Amino acid sequence: MSVDSATVTKIAKLARIAVSDAEVEALVPELNNILGWVEQLGEVDVSGVEPMTAVIPNHLRLRDDVIDADPLTGGGVRDAVLANAPAAQHGFFGVPKVIE
Amino acid sequence: MTSITVSDLTNLTVAQIRDGHRAGDFSAVDVAEAFVAAVDAADALNAFIVKTPEHALAAAKQADADRAAGSLKPLSGVPIGMKDLFATKGVQTTAASHMLEGFVPQYESSVSQRLWDAGAGMLGKLNLDQFAMGSSNETSYFGNVISPWKRKGGDNAALAPGGSSGGSSSAIAARLCPAATGTDTGGSIRQPAAFTGISGIKPTYGRCSRWGIVAFASSLDQAGPMARDVRDCAIMLEAMSGFDPKDATSLDLPVPQWEAGLNADMRGKRVGVPREYRVDGIDADIARVWDEGIRWMKDAGAEIVDISLPHTKYALPTYYIIAPAEASSNLARYDGVRYGLRDLPEGSGLQDMYAATRAAGFGPEVKRRIMIGTYVLSAGFYDAYYTQAQKVRTLIARDFEAAWAHCDVILTPTAPSAAFALGDKSADPLAMYLNDVFAVPASLAGLPAMSVPGGLDRDGLPLGLQIIGKAFDEQGVLNAGLAIEQRSGFAARPDKWW
Repeated sequence: MSVDSATVTKIAKLARIAVSDAEVEALVPELNNILGWVEQLGEVDVSGVEPMTAVIPNHLRLRDDVIDADPLTGGGVRDAVLANAPAAQHGFFGVPKVIE
Repeated sequence: MTSITVSDLTNLTVAQIRDGHRAGDFSAVDVAEAFVAAVDAADALNAFIVKTPEHALAAAKQADADRAAGSLKPLSGVPIGMKDLFATKGVQTTAASHMLEGFVPQYESSVSQRLWDAGAGMLGKLNLDQFAMGSSNETSYFGNVISPWKRKGGDNAALAPGGSSGGSSSAIAARLCPAATGTDTGGSIRQPAAFTGISGIKPTYGRCSRWGIVAFASSLDQAGPMARDVRDCAIMLEAMSGFDPKDATSLDLPVPQWEAGLNADMRGKRVGVPREYRVDGIDADIARVWDEGIRWMKDAGAEIVDISLPHTKYALPTYYIIAPAEASSNLARYDGVRYGLRDLPEGSGLQDMYAATRAAGFGPEVKRRIMIGTYVLSAGFYDAYYTQAQKVRTLIARDFEAAWAHCDVILTPTAPSAAFALGDKSADPLAMYLNDVFAVPASLAGLPAMSVPGGLDRDGLPLGLQIIGKAFDEQGVLNAGLAIEQRSGFAARPDKWW
């Protein structure tokens, strides 16, 4: 499988990265080079093989079902959450107008 | 301190600083000031993005007070470097990206918190490849890190310190800090350690908490220490490891006393040598150092076993599907809304802001990987690429499982070459990726692996030997590393030119 400039433009749109036409033209051979190389995986016989889900056997834990089980990752830290926001206003994240 | 000079202090290992401070040979403030001065005099290496002398000196004053009060901690008086991928409360954390330039975390990563709790101080935040994506530290938004090493014979080319933990490796090799944190997704601790003649260990996946580390590929990312010798790696790893409920993949296991358990006697141990790593056209110096490593293992009493890891050649392409796929998902968080850069073109809406922000905030290699990851996860291609790669990953892990029936640790070269010159591979992404060919299989299998110096190549540059161990057997890895360290007699260090 190889990509053309229309496909690269579509991938960039899905990835929410603005690209110029010149960047697309440069990316087409680069991505094809990498994709052509990873395609060798197709020759591996994987019949009956389960995809890896966890490299080290481990069990998923549930935290205690209480508010603020961990004060750092619980609530009540609005100002800390907003401290690095590019446009925080009135205690909220500010974004461009989305509804006309 | 009458007989100890400043350069003596910066030449001490972590263990020597700890023990010398404890014995009253010098004060922690003397040590911190010596390293702060070394850092200030080494701007030519560009190893640090942010310097934090006040942090190192405050920890040193505390260490001296604790000594007077008889309440010393494991790393009291030891100043270290912190890779700028670990969130540090109140200190800019960038992942070497424009996207996070100016980002000041409101919290501390679990690993760095453990180090401060153990008494260590921070000299600064170390440069790296942007979002830890790279093998030469050439993708940093804040400029290349330069290796302190030069080829012998008058070639003055600036050499790569390896990557992504290139600031860590350069700073340790140049004696700007005795130890540093690194992170390893597909070799980012081991390859830079090999390039600069130092040691570094990536522990079993889950040993070190990922909480507060800027995420790249979460099923592979592991923190680990880098230092000048095996003992220091053991000391640092003990301080960094441990269960953390804030990381869902954190191992709920006690932390072994790796330093106390160090033992270079390899009698009764079997060392596997995988035939697939002896690739066609292997560099003669790499092959020679590998053969010497095998001889040192025998000398330490080990039995050498020929083993096979049949899916080795598929590890790198597997990695370059899985890691970009996870990265494309992880890096979706950079949207110009919650933190980091925002680029809002005049009159544009939300979607345009996302696209403009990400175009401006990510460097070319990061964009390339996000695009590959987006493609292999997209409808119609997911099974052919991503599911296939996860199945091959299972086979790679099984290769190691089968090998453990025949050996206790595996010995390989760390990288296929010595450090290359900056610019040599930066135009060819694939050539750069191939540098991690020996490091990636252990990452895909979540196994502990370390690099220790093995010798010098024909140009006088360091080469590393890699030891891969069974899951949870960091002790076996460290012990084999110690056996090599005691026999290699590696004492080379770069001449100071910076």
